[in-house]
Amino acid sequence: MTPVSSKLYADDVSLLMVLIDTNPFFWNSAQSTLPFSKFLTHVLAFLNSILLLNQMNQVVVIAAGYNSCGYIFDSSDPQNQNKRAEDLLHKLEEFVDNDQELCREESVDGPGFSLLSGSLSMALCYIQRVFRTVPLHPQPRILCLHGSPDGPGQYVAIMNSIFSAQRSMVPIDSCVLGAQHSAFLQQASYITGGVYLKPQIFDGLFQYLSTVFATDLHSRYFLQLPKPAGVDFRASCFCHKNTIDMGYICSVCLSIFCKHQKKCSTCGSVFGQAQTQNSSTTPDRKMKMPVDG
Amino acid sequence: MSDKHVIKRAKYKSSTKDPGVPGVLKLVVNLCPTTSHYWNQIGIIPERVAMQYAQNDGIERFIFMPNDQKSGVKLNVEFKIVKGHKFTKEGSKHALLNLTQEQGGSYIFEFDTFAERDVCREFVARAIAFYTEGGKAGPERATPPVTNEQLSSIETERRIKLLQENSELQTLHKQFVFGGILTDDEFWATRKKLLDQNDSRRPKQRLALKNEMWSLKPLSDGQIFAEKPAVRQAYLKLVPHKLNGIEFWTKYSRAQLLHSTRNVVAAAAEGDEDEELAVFLKRDDMLAKEARRKIRRVDPTVDIEADKGDDYTHLPDHGLVRDETKDVLDPRYEPYRRSFSQDLNQHSAVVLQGRVVDAELTEPRDVAEALTRKMQAELSEDKLNTNFEKELSNRMSRSAELEDLQGPRDPAVAPLSIKDPRDYFDSQQANALKALGDPGSAAKPLISSASARQAYDSLRNVIIDINEMGLTEPIMNQEVALKVLSGLTQSISSTKFHLGNSSNDSILDMLPKVTKEELLHLKECPVPDVDIPVTRLKDAMSQVYPQLQEIKESVQSDFRHQVSLLVHPMLQALDAAFAHYDADVQRRSAKSGEKRNGFMQ
Repeated sequence: MTPVSSKLYADDVSLLMVLIDTNPFFWNSAQSTLPFSKFLTHVLAFLNSILLLNQMNQVVVIAAGYNSCGYIFDSSDPQNQNKRAEDLLHKLEEFVDNDQELCREESVDGPGFSLLSGSLSMALCYIQRVFRTVPLHPQPRILCLHGSPDGPGQYVAIMNSIFSAQRSMVPIDSCVLGAQHSAFLQQASYITGGVYLKPQIFDGLFQYLSTVFATDLHSRYFLQLPKPAGVDFRASCFCHKNTIDMGYICSVCLSIFCKHQKKCSTCGSVFGQAQTQNSSTTPDRKMKMPVDG
Repeated sequence: MSDKHVIKRAKYKSSTKDPGVPGVLKLVVNLCPTTSHYWNQIGIIPERVAMQYAQNDGIERFIFMPNDQKSGVKLNVEFKIVKGHKFTKEGSKHALLNLTQEQGGSYIFEFDTFAERDVCREFVARAIAFYTEGGKAGPERATPPVTNEQLSSIETERRIKLLQENSELQTLHKQFVFGGILTDDEFWATRKKLLDQNDSRRPKQRLALKNEMWSLKPLSDGQIFAEKPAVRQAYLKLVPHKLNGIEFWTKYSRAQLLHSTRNVVAAAAEGDEDEELAVFLKRDDMLAKEARRKIRRVDPTVDIEADKGDDYTHLPDHGLVRDETKDVLDPRYEPYRRSFSQDLNQHSAVVLQGRVVDAELTEPRDVAEALTRKMQAELSEDKLNTNFEKELSNRMSRSAELEDLQGPRDPAVAPLSIKDPRDYFDSQQANALKALGDPGSAAKPLISSASARQAYDSLRNVIIDINEMGLTEPIMNQEVALKVLSGLTQSISSTKFHLGNSSNDSILDMLPKVTKEELLHLKECPVPDVDIPVTRLKDAMSQVYPQLQEIKESVQSDFRHQVSLLVHPMLQALDAAFAHYDADVQRRSAKSGEKRNGFMQ
């Protein structure tokens, strides 16, 4: 789904989908390093700056909570043009209330997980709607402001969202706020051609956002943006959890092992005889292609 | 065409004293014009003959022919002009017959015997009487009123018609009227009835009466009771309390008669009036119940529908074409409609069943009671066998299973068990984080349990505060901003320094010179020639493997991936060369027959 050529449309018009993490347990745990108030402040300022860059820019904010996701703000909404911030905050408050009502647990250990997959899907749906209804539209991209750790249960959904974003040629930018990197978002940015950044100084979040993530897609052709050190897609063996670039793969389930095994521990299929090695110096093993992204 | 005439010897005397001329006297009867007209109409005589006869005015005449032809006395006189006749008494000298005319002339005939004279006398008398009457009637006939003529013409036509139709009548008419026994009028007067009936009435073919000969014999009763359980029931109920036997059967026969007329409306009307009659006229519900019960007991595997096309008995009215249109009956008449096929089927069923009750039972009541007892016994037996039908259907369905359409009884394969993907992912994540070498990742996040309420409340408070207070001014410290900006710049530039401007740049330039040279050297390695000693080359090539491994390990983690990508095609080439060599060696050993280790050294 390539965007329509925008000759009448300026090149740098962008539609920015901002996914903010509103997992209360994460913010509760990260209160010391990055309070939620500061985060909100910086994000609001950033949104204003985006809208200032080009009057045809559009911003949509989606909140990813603990139990639900929801649209918080749409700049193309004709209502409340003068009181956008208030409107956003008001809706956010409502969203938090709803999320709390849906919460069934009394207490949660650790930061918990936010619904990143849901928010990604909602963003992609909005983008699709824009593609189909408006013939001339800004270039869309998604910005994930995330801090919660990756939920393993959302792996498949997130991967699907990533692939559909790739198909739609929508880059996913990631700004990871938490203490650890997010492998999901790394892969998302890598696959879709977005920017992945983990800010070191949280107080300067706005600077990070305006320097890196405010750039439109057209400008990215000639701007140097931080590239990740490298996304590690190497496989790790199932038996020792070591990263390997040569190993054995089960032909049934593609499980990776560093040593020869008689039986696959994942699917139970029995392996055949390994080829005998006559030379001690040259290990006669079939080289496996390292699992590449 | 028989002319009634009398021929006698007679002497003609002009007077009594005349000796007389001997000759033959012939008294002739001609056809009357009306009769000849009749006969012409009905085709007995041709018209010219009829006309011929019609021309003869007189019916009768007498002809006298003398023996001696020369005497010249010939007479041909019609009786019309003869007014009277005289005759001598018996015992007189001569038997004379005098026929007197109007004008006064007379004809005297002398007969040999008185008997002959009497015969002629009678004839003459009749003739004269006829003419006298006719004469009397003549003027009336001559000027008949219009109506009379019309009537007579109508009458004539009627009479002609009748005679044409009824040959017997025609014979009678001929016999009597022409024979002079009866006049035409007299003849028709006796057959007035026929004339009156000679109208448009077509003799209809009368319906044959239903030949239901029933009697109070047990045989027929048994049949009726067996075929119609409703009748049996009614009999048991009504006789002898309400009706006696004769009354009962009278009503029954009346019902049968109504049924035979196939007039459902009339049957319904009668049924409404008379309760008992209604029982006979309506459809037999007991029969229907029995039929349903029997159908349920039929083996399910029997396909009743299969022969529908062949079996004409299933067609309405056995496939016979009916002229009457099947009109839709009023619903209230429906119970009174009975179908021929139903009756036939029931009759045949009873016949096939045979004699159910003892033949010796003579009283209808006993017969009815015996049949009822039998029916009840069957019903109770059926109730005991309620499970029978279920078992039957089960058995049938099981035996009717098609083997090759049955699903597999037990799965032949073991279910696939796959480990939880989360386990895989967790291990991957740990590795990924380790490889990135992020110092931050080493530090475990502080795990603290927080109540949901608390967390949400703090979040909400923040939002409310910002809403009220607005954004802080300035949003961030300028030193912080500078710090961030420089850090970003540095990281961007360092990455560029390390990895190049774009990923397309070769990293060979980044690598240490030595490594680079080695790699290039290896790449440019020529294709092994046959002349060059193979073993040396093989040794050299096999040494490449560990070297590449060293290179990969020596390179910084940042570049390792790129290096491995570069090294990979080299390794593939080496593998291919070795494989080729091995195959070649094997071929040669096979040719020479030398037993060799086919593996690499």
